Amino acid sequence: MATLGDYLIVSGLLFTIGFAGVLLRRNIIIIFMSLELMLNAANLSLVAFSRFRVGADGLPNYNAQVFVFFIITVAAAEVAVGLAIIVALYRARQTTHVEDISSLKF
Amino acid sequence: MQAFSMSVSAWYVLLLPLFSAATIILFTRRAGGVSSIVSVGAAIIGFLFSCAIFASPNTSALELTWIDIRPYLEVPLGFILDDLSKTMLVLVTGVGALIHIYSLGYMRDDAGKARFFAGLSLFMFSMIGIVLANNFVMMFVFWELVGVSSYLLIGHWFERDSAADAAKKAFLTNRVGDFGFMLGILMVWAATGTVVFSEIAGKMSAITSHPGYLTATALLVFCGAVGKSAQFPLHVWLPDAMEGPTPISALIHAATMVAAGVYMLVRVGFLIQASPQALLVIAWIGTITAVIAGLMATQQNDIKRILAYSTLSQLGYMIMAVGLASGEAAMFHLFTHAFFKALLFLGAGSIIVMLHHEQNIWKMGGLAGKLRLTFVTFLIGTLALIGCPPFSGFFSKDAIIGLAYEKNGFIFALALFTAFLTAFYMGRLVLVVFFGNARSENAAQGKESPWVMTGPLLVLAVPAALAGFGFFASRFLPLPHAGEENNVVRFLPTAVMLGGVALAFFLYRNRESDPLDLALFRRRFYIDELYRWLIDATQERLAAIAAFVDRWIVDAGGVGGASGATWGVGSLLRLFQVGNLQAYAFLFGLGLIGIIYFTVFQ
Repeated sequence: MATLGDYLIVSGLLFTIGFAGVLLRRNIIIIFMSLELMLNAANLSLVAFSRFRVGADGLPNYNAQVFVFFIITVAAAEVAVGLAIIVALYRARQTTHVEDISSLKF
Repeated sequence: MQAFSMSVSAWYVLLLPLFSAATIILFTRRAGGVSSIVSVGAAIIGFLFSCAIFASPNTSALELTWIDIRPYLEVPLGFILDDLSKTMLVLVTGVGALIHIYSLGYMRDDAGKARFFAGLSLFMFSMIGIVLANNFVMMFVFWELVGVSSYLLIGHWFERDSAADAAKKAFLTNRVGDFGFMLGILMVWAATGTVVFSEIAGKMSAITSHPGYLTATALLVFCGAVGKSAQFPLHVWLPDAMEGPTPISALIHAATMVAAGVYMLVRVGFLIQASPQALLVIAWIGTITAVIAGLMATQQNDIKRILAYSTLSQLGYMIMAVGLASGEAAMFHLFTHAFFKALLFLGAGSIIVMLHHEQNIWKMGGLAGKLRLTFVTFLIGTLALIGCPPFSGFFSKDAIIGLAYEKNGFIFALALFTAFLTAFYMGRLVLVVFFGNARSENAAQGKESPWVMTGPLLVLAVPAALAGFGFFASRFLPLPHAGEENNVVRFLPTAVMLGGVALAFFLYRNRESDPLDLALFRRRFYIDELYRWLIDATQERLAAIAAFVDRWIVDAGGVGGASGATWGVGSLLRLFQVGNLQAYAFLFGLGLIGIIYFTVFQ
């Protein structure tokens, strides 16, 4: 049986990988993917806490899982807006290379 | 009548030349003629007022307070009106007025005439200030002002490099002496708490109780006279000062400014005479100056330079007299010297101008017939200078030599030797300039000067001839007492004088060029070269060090360092803001980790 700690370690690792991706990848869409990964790592840790914190009546605390739904929704909305911005950026700068988009004005 | 009362008239004498100078500088700078009239008018009116002051028995004048920080220091602006200062005042304003009139002719065609007369008026103001000052600080202020006027006037023809350099040299050499003078004043003030002459005289016991301090103070005060009266070793500026126009040489460097040193020493005679060691030093410096100046004069070829060295020599006599504790003899010689030296300089100026600014005596000759009046007055001046009886110089020089016989055998011998030299080089001068054949075109065409220049010569010739006699001089000065001397000594000065003239006659009669060639004297004992080396060795090195510090430590290290450090830090910090999104995210993450660390684990 996996313990709470194991799930949390995995979640931490996922978060770290996502954060590293945000810092190190050059393509904006890959950065977005890494961002999603970070969010999902948070989701994982929330679900883990919900599963292992058993309440007085023997049932798990479902508040965390409801919170996860919120996070997923917000992530989806954010991706929609973000992708729209990327498309606009691509139309303006003709590149998805993040290092080329370092100044506000040409 | 209050405005013209005696107590205020001294202020008029002092301030009139100042107003004249101010008027010329502010209003009539372009109009040379008007400026000269203003200046000459001020000088003549000043002389008349001085005569009135001389005639009145009044000894007090209106006094103002300048600095008042009692009980530490109180400096009044007051006048001292005893016989000494009244005589000196008449002398200064009288000779000054005559030279003002003479300058009307001498500077007639000069472009800077207004500037000249403004400087002349400024000088009169400063000199009268020295004569009348009743305290050390006021005298020092005017002392420096006289130095400034001398600088401005020596450098009147400043486009000439030699004149500009001579003016600088005069001022700087004076300044060296004035430094010692200031230290002396400070020492007097420290001991007695006052700078007013009369009060110091009353508090002398505070100084005399420490003989070393007293000697040091006396010698430092003497430093001022060494600078101003061009004694050895600060004599180097006076011959170069001949670069100025001749009326200036006559007024400043013969009759008045250089006499200010002697006057000051007589004024504080109570301080000087309290220390026998200081007196000895003073006497010897005067003697040395007299001797070396006499030696250097025998080989000079510029008429003004010969007279300049002669002035140095006579000043040496005066300082010698001060050192032999007889202020009366010094002032007597100063009195007669002012007349005959001014006469000689003005005569030289007359010759120079009439020969189209020729100053080399070996280009003159045979002028006795052409410039008759100048010749006669010049001759009278020469006879007075070499001490030929019955002219004025005989009495005053004899008084000093007699004093030297009583007090110090060495000095007596050297004084006699100097008298011999004086007669020799003046005989040389007169023979070469006035007799023989004309040695150049200019000399052949010389003619007499206009009346505006020969007039003052005639006026000056009278006191040069007569001022020595007791009945005339005793109205002005206390005469030095005639000590008992044996008959041989009484005639020795006259004998050496005749000897000097005879030697000059023998050597210089009918010559085309100088038969003697003594480089040591002609090159002025190489003292100028010595000073140049000294300045190079010390000041140039200090200046080089200062330049190094300024260039490498202050500029490169300090200023460069500060700006470089700022630039470096700036370029470092600039890397944080390059617009790189991922870099920002990285720093964001770092900050987050820091916050987590500090909130959870601390």
